[in-house]
Amino acid sequence: MRVRTLAVALLAGGLALTACGKEGGPGDTGTAPSQQVAADVKVDGSPTFDKIKARGRVIVGVKEDQPGLGYKDPTSGKFTGFDIEIAKLVAAKLGYGDDKIDYKAIPSAGREQALINGDVDYYVGTYTINNKRKEQVGFAGPYYTAGQDLLVKKDDNSITGPETLKGKKVCSVTGSTPIQKVKTDGLTEPENIVELQTYSLCVEQLEQGAVDAVTTDDAILKGYASQSPTTLKVVGKTFSTEPYGIGLPKEDKALRGKINDILDEAINGGAWEAAYKATLGVSGSDADKPVIERY
Amino acid sequence: MDVLLDNLDLYGPGFLNTVELFLISAVGSLVLGTILAMLRVAPVPVMRAMGTAYVTIVRNTPLTLVFFFFALAFPALGIVTADTFGGSAASLFYTAALFALTLYTAAFVCEVVRAGINTVPVGQAEASRALGLTFGQMLGSVVLPQATRAVVPPMMSTMIALLKNTTIAAGFSVFQAGSISANLAERGENQLIGLLWVAGFFVVLVIPMTLLQRSLEKRWSIAR
Repeated sequence: MRVRTLAVALLAGGLALTACGKEGGPGDTGTAPSQQVAADVKVDGSPTFDKIKARGRVIVGVKEDQPGLGYKDPTSGKFTGFDIEIAKLVAAKLGYGDDKIDYKAIPSAGREQALINGDVDYYVGTYTINNKRKEQVGFAGPYYTAGQDLLVKKDDNSITGPETLKGKKVCSVTGSTPIQKVKTDGLTEPENIVELQTYSLCVEQLEQGAVDAVTTDDAILKGYASQSPTTLKVVGKTFSTEPYGIGLPKEDKALRGKINDILDEAINGGAWEAAYKATLGVSGSDADKPVIERY
Repeated sequence: MDVLLDNLDLYGPGFLNTVELFLISAVGSLVLGTILAMLRVAPVPVMRAMGTAYVTIVRNTPLTLVFFFFALAFPALGIVTADTFGGSAASLFYTAALFALTLYTAAFVCEVVRAGINTVPVGQAEASRALGLTFGQMLGSVVLPQATRAVVPPMMSTMIALLKNTTIAAGFSVFQAGSISANLAERGENQLIGLLWVAGFFVVLVIPMTLLQRSLEKRWSIAR
């Protein structure tokens, strides 16, 4: 009997403790613009769009762990960020409102396979366009141009760019392009390279002082910097060009053309800027409008 | 084939590191596990309690969690940091991986060895005591040699599990076979084929272990 009382007390205590979540997560940045849903959209010869129509809902692949870009609030389960805004914008112009979008969080390493298998209709999540990937998937866009940058502690003035990394510990995600670049360009010694599972683990290491810099695309770093503006800063000297595109099934040229039209209209109209200002723009830095590259 | 040939710089060092991690932690966990098993059958209650406590706490704790402790928590608490290794973060993470794998596997090895000890008839221990052997002599020359023969198959399973468990180190800054697929994804290679190659090499690594098991079983088989 006493054991049962103890178990009940522990359970109740546990529930009480977990209930005190903090209000408002890092996802709560600016107010997101609402999109007008288009009616009677036709995309001739697009198998993906036919699938969407038959299903009545859009399945969008996104990231869930990148504040400011694609971030899932652990308490409310809501997705926020620039990538999410772009995903919404595209869905609206295809005729599907917020309530008809299903987000599917897919990490970087699973993106190609998810598109090939048809698990998602399109993918918006810091997906760099390159020729090697074009052999497996299609890309619309770019909808944003990022570049590799460095995130350091606010009071650290010794790191001003890639050439000042020698002797410093640098962290990024296991096998990611930025850390492969640090390795091949010899920006720092091999024993100073730290590869962890997620960027947030790297940022934690940086805040603890276990590493001196976190490196990846500036868009991702800006997201973290805007979470802790008093302790972290982005160096602001990009040393690569990473055009972010919307990943699509490779053969679906019709949908690719349609999404390119949608993006073009958004960039030249005000929708792109509104989406940026509500999300990444909160960090205080501006971004250049990208130019759509059709192929 | 192209995926393999174009990325030999990943597969080669990746699997070499996997084998190295495996060999070191296999030796470590066999030694530590046997010592723990000896503790668990020792005549001194305190020693038995120590062995039991270790197995109870460590066995089947998620390995990722054990890795977290050694690779991230201990450095965060300042117990061991990169400075302990002359400022080399790589050595810190490598050592952390070895410790995590060794301590985790030792709990399983301990239980396997203890199961083996239990197969040896009590009469053997009583007879050696009657001959005037000490506890250590009894274990070392009478019981353990017989116990080891009985546990070759489950021990090899534990070792094969260890070999595959090494891939968890990929998430903790140790480059090995588990890191290959993440690197391939960024290079834009076909991952399904890339992963098939990784799986294939693991099978290749397991085959000699199975052969070793078979030959040991044959050589050590005795009429009972």
